[in-house]
Amino acid sequence: MAAVLESLLREELSVAAAVRWIARSAQSSEDDPREAAALSSLRPLRKEFVPFLLNFLREQSSRVLPQGPPTPAKAPGSSTGLPGRSGGPPRGGRGARNQLFPPIEASSATAADAPSARRGGRRRGPGPARERGRGPGGLEEGVSGECLPWAGGRRPRSSGSPSSPSLARSDPPNLSNLEEFPPVGSVPPGSAGTKPSRRINPTPVSEERSLSKPKTCFTSPPISCVPSSQSSVLDTSPWGHGLPSGCRSLQEEREMLRKERSKQLQQSPTPACPTLEPGSPHPSRTGHLTAQPADPARVSSRHRLELVALVYSSCIAENLVPNLFLELFFVLQLLTARRMVAAKDSDLEPTPGAVDSLESPLFQSVHDCVFFAVQVLEHQFHVLSHLDKGTLKLLAENERLLCFSPALQGRLRAAYEGSVAKVSLAMPPSAQAVSFQPETDNRANFSSDRAFHTFKKQRDVFYEVLREWEDRHEEPGWDFEKGLGSRIRAMMGQLSAACSHSHFVRLFQKQLLQMCQSPGGAGGTVLGEAPDVLNMLGADKLGRLRRLQERLVAPQSSGGPCPPPTFPGCQGFFRDFILCASSFQFNQHLMDSLSLKIRELNSLALPQPEPSDEDGESDVDWQGERRQFAVVLLSLRLLAKFLGFVAFLPYRGPEPPPTRELQDSILSLRSQVPPVLDVRALLQQGLRARRAVLTVPWLVEFLSLADHIVPMLDYYRSIFTLLLHLHRSLVLSKESEGEMCFLNKLLLLAVLGWLFQDSMPVVDQQLLYTCCPYIGELRKLLASWVSGSSGRSGGLVRKITPTTTTGLGAQPPQTTQGLQAQLAQAFFHNQPPSLRRTVEFVAERIGSNCVKHIKATLVAELVRQAESLLQEQLVTQGQEGGDPAQLLEILCSQLCPHGAQALTQGREFCQKKSPGAVRALLPEETPAAVLSSAENIAVSLATEKACAWLSANITALIRREVKAAVSRTLRAQGPEPAARGERRGCSRACEHHAPLPSHLISEIKDVLSLAVGPRDPEEGVAPEYLEQLLGQLGQMLRCRQFLCPPAEQHLAKCSVELASLLVADQIPILGPPAQHQLERGQARRLLLMLLSLWKDDFQVPVPLQLLLRPRNVALLADTRPREWDLLLFLLRELVEKGLMRRMEIEACLGSLHETQWPGDFSEELATLFNLFLAEPHVPEHQLRACELVQPNRGTVLAQS
Amino acid sequence: MILTKAQYDEIAQCLVSVPPTRQSLRKLKQRFPSQSQATLLSIFSQEYQKHIKRTHAKHHTSEAIESYYQRYLNGVRENGAAPVLLQLANEVDYAPSLMARIILERFLQEHEEAPPSKSVINSMLRDPSQIPDGVLANQVYQCIVNDCCYGPLVDCIKHAIGHEHEVLLRDLLLEKNLSFLDEDQLRARGYDKTPDFILQVPVAVEGHIIHWIESKASFGDECSHHAYLHDQFWSYWNRFGPGLVIYWYGFIQELDCNRERGILLHACFPTDIVTLCHSVA
Repeated sequence: MAAVLESLLREELSVAAAVRWIARSAQSSEDDPREAAALSSLRPLRKEFVPFLLNFLREQSSRVLPQGPPTPAKAPGSSTGLPGRSGGPPRGGRGARNQLFPPIEASSATAADAPSARRGGRRRGPGPARERGRGPGGLEEGVSGECLPWAGGRRPRSSGSPSSPSLARSDPPNLSNLEEFPPVGSVPPGSAGTKPSRRINPTPVSEERSLSKPKTCFTSPPISCVPSSQSSVLDTSPWGHGLPSGCRSLQEEREMLRKERSKQLQQSPTPACPTLEPGSPHPSRTGHLTAQPADPARVSSRHRLELVALVYSSCIAENLVPNLFLELFFVLQLLTARRMVAAKDSDLEPTPGAVDSLESPLFQSVHDCVFFAVQVLEHQFHVLSHLDKGTLKLLAENERLLCFSPALQGRLRAAYEGSVAKVSLAMPPSAQAVSFQPETDNRANFSSDRAFHTFKKQRDVFYEVLREWEDRHEEPGWDFEKGLGSRIRAMMGQLSAACSHSHFVRLFQKQLLQMCQSPGGAGGTVLGEAPDVLNMLGADKLGRLRRLQERLVAPQSSGGPCPPPTFPGCQGFFRDFILCASSFQFNQHLMDSLSLKIRELNSLALPQPEPSDEDGESDVDWQGERRQFAVVLLSLRLLAKFLGFVAFLPYRGPEPPPTRELQDSILSLRSQVPPVLDVRALLQQGLRARRAVLTVPWLVEFLSLADHIVPMLDYYRSIFTLLLHLHRSLVLSKESEGEMCFLNKLLLLAVLGWLFQDSMPVVDQQLLYTCCPYIGELRKLLASWVSGSSGRSGGLVRKITPTTTTGLGAQPPQTTQGLQAQLAQAFFHNQPPSLRRTVEFVAERIGSNCVKHIKATLVAELVRQAESLLQEQLVTQGQEGGDPAQLLEILCSQLCPHGAQALTQGREFCQKKSPGAVRALLPEETPAAVLSSAENIAVSLATEKACAWLSANITALIRREVKAAVSRTLRAQGPEPAARGERRGCSRACEHHAPLPSHLISEIKDVLSLAVGPRDPEEGVAPEYLEQLLGQLGQMLRCRQFLCPPAEQHLAKCSVELASLLVADQIPILGPPAQHQLERGQARRLLLMLLSLWKDDFQVPVPLQLLLRPRNVALLADTRPREWDLLLFLLRELVEKGLMRRMEIEACLGSLHETQWPGDFSEELATLFNLFLAEPHVPEHQLRACELVQPNRGTVLAQS
Repeated sequence: MILTKAQYDEIAQCLVSVPPTRQSLRKLKQRFPSQSQATLLSIFSQEYQKHIKRTHAKHHTSEAIESYYQRYLNGVRENGAAPVLLQLANEVDYAPSLMARIILERFLQEHEEAPPSKSVINSMLRDPSQIPDGVLANQVYQCIVNDCCYGPLVDCIKHAIGHEHEVLLRDLLLEKNLSFLDEDQLRARGYDKTPDFILQVPVAVEGHIIHWIESKASFGDECSHHAYLHDQFWSYWNRFGPGLVIYWYGFIQELDCNRERGILLHACFPTDIVTLCHSVA
């Protein structure tokens, strides 16, 4: 392999030819024969070239930076030119992302000739430490540094300015900052003293960069094995700048230090992976911290460096490297190399493959490194110019860059100044619980009351668990399973019915989206940060503080430029919930639901710039569309990640199958299992419809969680093949018509690069072509995609079609239908997408409102009719009214036919409402014809939606509502007619100043308790107080503002008790001891007040018969002498005022005889009875007369 | 009336083993003249209920019931007009209304074939004139009107207070022009949990967004607040987002700690309400 490089260096071969040779299997006619000859001899080595080159560069940089560990990383695919992995045991613990293509396949594909971009850096011996400590899901715990590029998700136009909000976030190293917070657990005791200095002065690490630096970064060190107690050494200053690049370089320094330190401590020439060992020594800052200045004049072999940089850049440009951003990362590492320790021979092991001119190190000094880096950066300016403003600034301000290439610096500065791609670390907007929606959540959506109430409880348990997790998951020693596991399982255990599962899954999924995928697209996942829970639920400042704290406390790690898939922040809750619940049913429903949602979102119409519009960037619609796209994209990625997680969960294991036989049997089993979601079809559709920019990013998320076997399954293998093709085809430098715009490509490259990172070394195109029968087809697809014409907006058309095709009444003939569809398609085709969205939106809403309106009018009216019919039925058939089920049938048979009106009314409604809405939402300037077409389409769409629903459901709806009305009415017939027709409120003038009912009940209760005792001698009530109390009672009963029926009932009862006590003269009156009883006149006044209240003010039945219950009558027995006149007065007044009928009173008096009374009392009672009976028609004057004949209290009856 | 935990504890300290009579209330008012009576009564009632919950079981052992019944029988045999049942309740430190229930139940067991149903007992407690024994009827009635923490009358008063405050709150919302859905409307729509009011357009109170308001005509002490949080407030949050709880009779200041999380406490209708501004052309 080195021979190729040698040829290049000797200029026997042009770089262009070499790259052509690498990229294509066949020689091109453009190649000159001499070159062809030189290359043909090397043909078998062609596919090794890129990995060779990459490893070569890593090695070269390590040779001049000798203090890192030697190059264990490069062992298998190193620049020796040996073929890739030679069938060593597969690495353990990784998912598909790390092992897309198993070693067996790789080694068997010896004839493969595509560049496999093997990354020696990943090749370690037994599983890198990052694999350790994974949870049951095989994923790192508590990682918040996942690199999710393209956070902004905004998609500027292809020819737009170099602004790119998305790119800024996309740069993985910026955010993943892997060495930012090294594990405390690994700090050797002696280094503790250096911690403070780390905090104060994080940046100035200047000693040589470790050769293993790139390797470590590339391998995204183990998050999980990092002990969590490390707050004291955390350094937050880089975040203070908020400039990702700063983080990057600091990260490098940390890494260097770590290496250096480990080397010093271990004194081992070949530590397998010292930095990754959990217990490995920690770097300290005690080293040499100053950066060595770089000087262009001291570059050692300019020409050679230029050539290699050109070859390297060309490989990058042709996407021959697996991950563009890793290479940029590496280059920036070279650019920012601090210092070289003079190379010592003892450190140099001759590289077996190095020959001739390659024997002398490529990088002999910092000057060489910087020179090389700047050369490459010059070639990559286009990509750089799309980075975020902060990164651009750092680059533009880099003094080495200025020194080595003022021209590049100038271009970067210009790019920086022109950039609007500011990436703010915006706080995620506050998230809340999923709101209760009656349409989907009320009783009607459940099979039984029990299911409804069970789900009610589950919702609350779910949030209780979530809140507890928020509060406690950062506490040391807190464990999800221990803390919440049993509660979660108990809750899941109650989800018996399938219907309940779907409800819970909907809640779960919505909450997931709400918490982990903020609408602004700035959620935690995007930035690879844990979204701040506290902040989500509340105050901003506190949130910031908390987030800072989180950074300080959490086992912070980052995956480096290519981190493993993780579940940062709140995502961790949902992952752990799934694991803890360990419910097959839940997982199945969740997968169903996730798949559906993914399909739904994936069909989003991609934003398209409006044709007439000149300034696309500022156009509001366009921005809105891009924002929407970003939201959808991020949601999709989140959903797909969880779908992948759940779908592959049963197959995840710590180890790949140990033997070929076992693996084969697993393969044959797995190959018959249909995929959880037909992602291949979606990918194919996406490619065909030129929607890869939406589909691929979530697909990558999904695949990143696949298990070991997945990449070997034909189905998934074909997907990887497609993706690989896509990757290769996304050549950034090509910007032809019909091509994807730059940033779209960059997004795909980045996600794919991430996905392929590990797998590239063992895969090549030939292998894929050989193994996958679909490839010929795919190639055709891809070809048509690349050359495809623009403007085919399939999604749009498909969406619109049904509106015009499905007629409501008479179906138009097939041909007309087709024509209508075409017309509608044509209509929207040349209109701005916002028009289509508006029409669809209006139709959707009006259709839905129409249904609601029908419910509120027609159905409500039918229910009213049902109620009155039922009332009639009850009157004619007596209170029972017959069997409720039968009643319901009768009613429904009468009423349901009226449901037919719903369609007519629905049509009218849509016709009336839609046009206005469309008009209000479209620009004023919309041409009349366009407007009217849009209105018509909206009307028919809305009508179709409404009528489809109504015709399918109206009968059932009427039935349901009538049934509810029947049971309501029948219930109301029950024993509590009470205050149904209660008159609420008082006159408008009333200011509601009457005392409150509760106060009056309480006061009357006190009077009653005083009366029945026991009481202190000095206790009693003033007569005026009693009058006042009754007056207030009247006031309150007339106001009624605060009165509720139970209170009124109790007041009525208490007032009767009070009357009994008055009649029996049992109320203790305040005043001189001799006068402890009410005056007769006072008592009578109070009774009259009560009578008036009963007659005019109480609206509930007053239990007057209580007056003649034995208990109340017995009160009289206690008084000496007995006083019957007040009772007689009261009874006569009751009859007089029509409050009780004579017959009633007679019956009550009669039944009093049944009680055992003292002899004399019985007699007096009989006398009272006779006296009452003796006056059958009592005129008022006679009553008064009666009063007059009893001048002395209590004597008359006894005498008579 | 927002009390600190310390202030509250001081009051609660004075309530240990105080019988729930009007005399006790009078003394309490004299002891804490600066506190509102309603607040004191609410605290007293809640403390007493806690006490009863703690001791409930020991009054319901069959031995205890038997002993109370015998004491009652002996007492009324001696003097049926004396407050036998009420004194018994006070002596054994139990609520008079609940003691009345125990004795009534025991009495009916003795005098009827079938054990009395709960609804029969409740009905007799509401209207003691239905009790077949005149003496017992009077004794029960005396217990009920003298009990200021338990019994049908107290229940009714509490219910009325709750209702009145809901009405009050409704009026205030109407006055402030804040449109809302009330509990009945929510129930009619099939909501599974219903705060007193859901605001149709959220407002901000002291900078906190609120979607719903719950009226509590009681004092918010730790015990009741935690129960409400668990059974109601968090459930509302889980469905409708952050909201406001008004404890009309005050609460322990320290309990207002979930503001950031979305549960805001107030002792009256808030004055600092910010509404969504519609640009008025």
